Amino acid sequence: MMMIFGIPLQALMGQLLVGLINGSFYALLSLGLAVIFGLLRVINFAHGAQYMLGAFTALLLLTVAGVNYWLALILAPLIVGLLAALVERTMLSRLYNLDPLYGLLFTFGLALAIEGTFRYFYGASGKPYAPPAQLSGAVNLGFMFLPIYRGWVVIASLAVCIAVWLLIEKTKLGAYLRAATENPVLVQAFGVNVPLLLTLTYALGAGLAAFAGVLAAPIYQVSPLMGSNLIIIVFAVVVVGGMGSILGAIVTGYLLGVVEGLTKVFYPEASNIVIFVIMAIVLILRPAGLFGKEA
Amino acid sequence: MVGKSEPIPSEAIAVHPKAGQIQLGLVALALVAALFAPQFLYPIFVMKLLAFALFASAFNLLLGYTGLLSFGHATFFGGAAYFTAHAVKVWGWPPEAGILLGVAGAALLGLVMGAIAIRRQGIYFAMITLALSQMFFFFCIQASFTHGEDGIQSVPRGHLFGLIDLHEPMNMYYFVLAVFVIGLLIIWRFVNSPFGMILKSIRENEQRAISLGYSVARYKLGAFVMSAALAGLAGGLKALIFQFATLTDVTWQMSGEVILMTLLGGIGTLAGPIVGAGLVVTLQNYLATSDFPVTIITGLVFMTCVLLFRRGLVGEFFASKIGRRLGFRSGS
Repeated sequence: MMMIFGIPLQALMGQLLVGLINGSFYALLSLGLAVIFGLLRVINFAHGAQYMLGAFTALLLLTVAGVNYWLALILAPLIVGLLAALVERTMLSRLYNLDPLYGLLFTFGLALAIEGTFRYFYGASGKPYAPPAQLSGAVNLGFMFLPIYRGWVVIASLAVCIAVWLLIEKTKLGAYLRAATENPVLVQAFGVNVPLLLTLTYALGAGLAAFAGVLAAPIYQVSPLMGSNLIIIVFAVVVVGGMGSILGAIVTGYLLGVVEGLTKVFYPEASNIVIFVIMAIVLILRPAGLFGKEA
Repeated sequence: MVGKSEPIPSEAIAVHPKAGQIQLGLVALALVAALFAPQFLYPIFVMKLLAFALFASAFNLLLGYTGLLSFGHATFFGGAAYFTAHAVKVWGWPPEAGILLGVAGAALLGLVMGAIAIRRQGIYFAMITLALSQMFFFFCIQASFTHGEDGIQSVPRGHLFGLIDLHEPMNMYYFVLAVFVIGLLIIWRFVNSPFGMILKSIRENEQRAISLGYSVARYKLGAFVMSAALAGLAGGLKALIFQFATLTDVTWQMSGEVILMTLLGGIGTLAGPIVGAGLVVTLQNYLATSDFPVTIITGLVFMTCVLLFRRGLVGEFFASKIGRRLGFRSGS
């Protein structure tokens, strides 16, 4: 068996893959957070709950309506995005003129209420969600077995990240969005419907979280609290990357996922805290974050 | 900025000439009520309430008077509970020494977390404290002295100064009440000191405070450590009251709970966190027997407070006509 640094190659590759998969979720979630924060100046604490809602929507669509995975992958983000738009219109939009901390506190309450409700009705235990038949099984790569579904998660999340980046950097809508981030009053004066833009942005961010949730459903089990611990890690990822850049959020997400995976191989005791340690170090050396601009 | 005094309706209201005496009377009334409370209520319940009221007051010192929202105060509360429980149970320290160790440990944790977190402001500050306290949570799961999921159980209360048996419920109650009153006096003195005034100026306008030559970072760190130490005092007390220290007290949910207490009662008022803690603890007590999850209510109360009354209950009262006639002012 091949060994690298005294670690069997297979174990190393296995953890690297786990890291890449976690990194995919970190990237998707921190991308959504960054998009929302960029325009709304709100840190969306409910992001973890929206991720959980995505997974639950897929599960409920399957059990109640018999909707398959592929359709759920499109429907769940739409449904969660619609709900998020409703919340933004009726409640969150009242907080824009206040300190951003109120947005954080509001979405924190929202997350507690959503997660509490699901725990009340569905219990705290996880429910299995089978991967689609097309993606079950594994391929032998020679040095390791790659479960096809896990490969798909990495590819799908990468594709969505790039698509969102293109949407924001290369389309007219994205240009409006970036302009509104710089100076909302001026953009409004040019006749762009900024409040609508804000609603769409929040829905987009929540939809991204829900998409990540559907992707996660077959890997982790679907449970009401699946998002609550994840969101804190994603906060750390966002602090490390700096919220200034979309690309920064994506790259940092994958990077920290892989670092976390490698820590599991070399020093498993620290794997839970390695991202937080990195955050502390980055804050000491470069307070604005790796890709952030000094505020 | 959160905690910055919200504008108060402009029409002038004359402060009642005896406002000062009435305020003093209200405080005296509250003290008398606290002295006799265990005659009417379950002592453990009142003690729990006092411990959380002190915790929330310590938290408010930071949010209400410095404008820093920490999402990691469970680290100091729960961490101190572990330190106190360990010192008293394993090393056989007397209770007062155990609590002091808890306070010192919490202050040290506060120094480290504060030094890292004050490098960023506002929303980042909140996220960083949250992440660092999650790191401490994972540390507590793995460290051997915390006994992981079991926690430190059957912690002896011991004899205060070697004389007073704290296993006697009434002795314990008056000990807790005394510590609570001392803690509040410290906070009151701190807030009204020159140091506290500078903190308020940082809260209202950080740039101007810098331009006036104040080393804002050092004042913020000072406030953070002070708040952490007092939260530790509350945590140490809690470990002795319930005679155990568990992971629950270091979770992010606990950090959220103390924010809720302060927000509900009134950020930047001395009485607010106490009222908020009273309401939240009572609610939890009431819901503990039903299977309805507290988090749903907690979440909804959070949303309502943020959307409809950001001053909190006490803050709204202070801003009302009666409150202003009695000379109450929040944020000062």
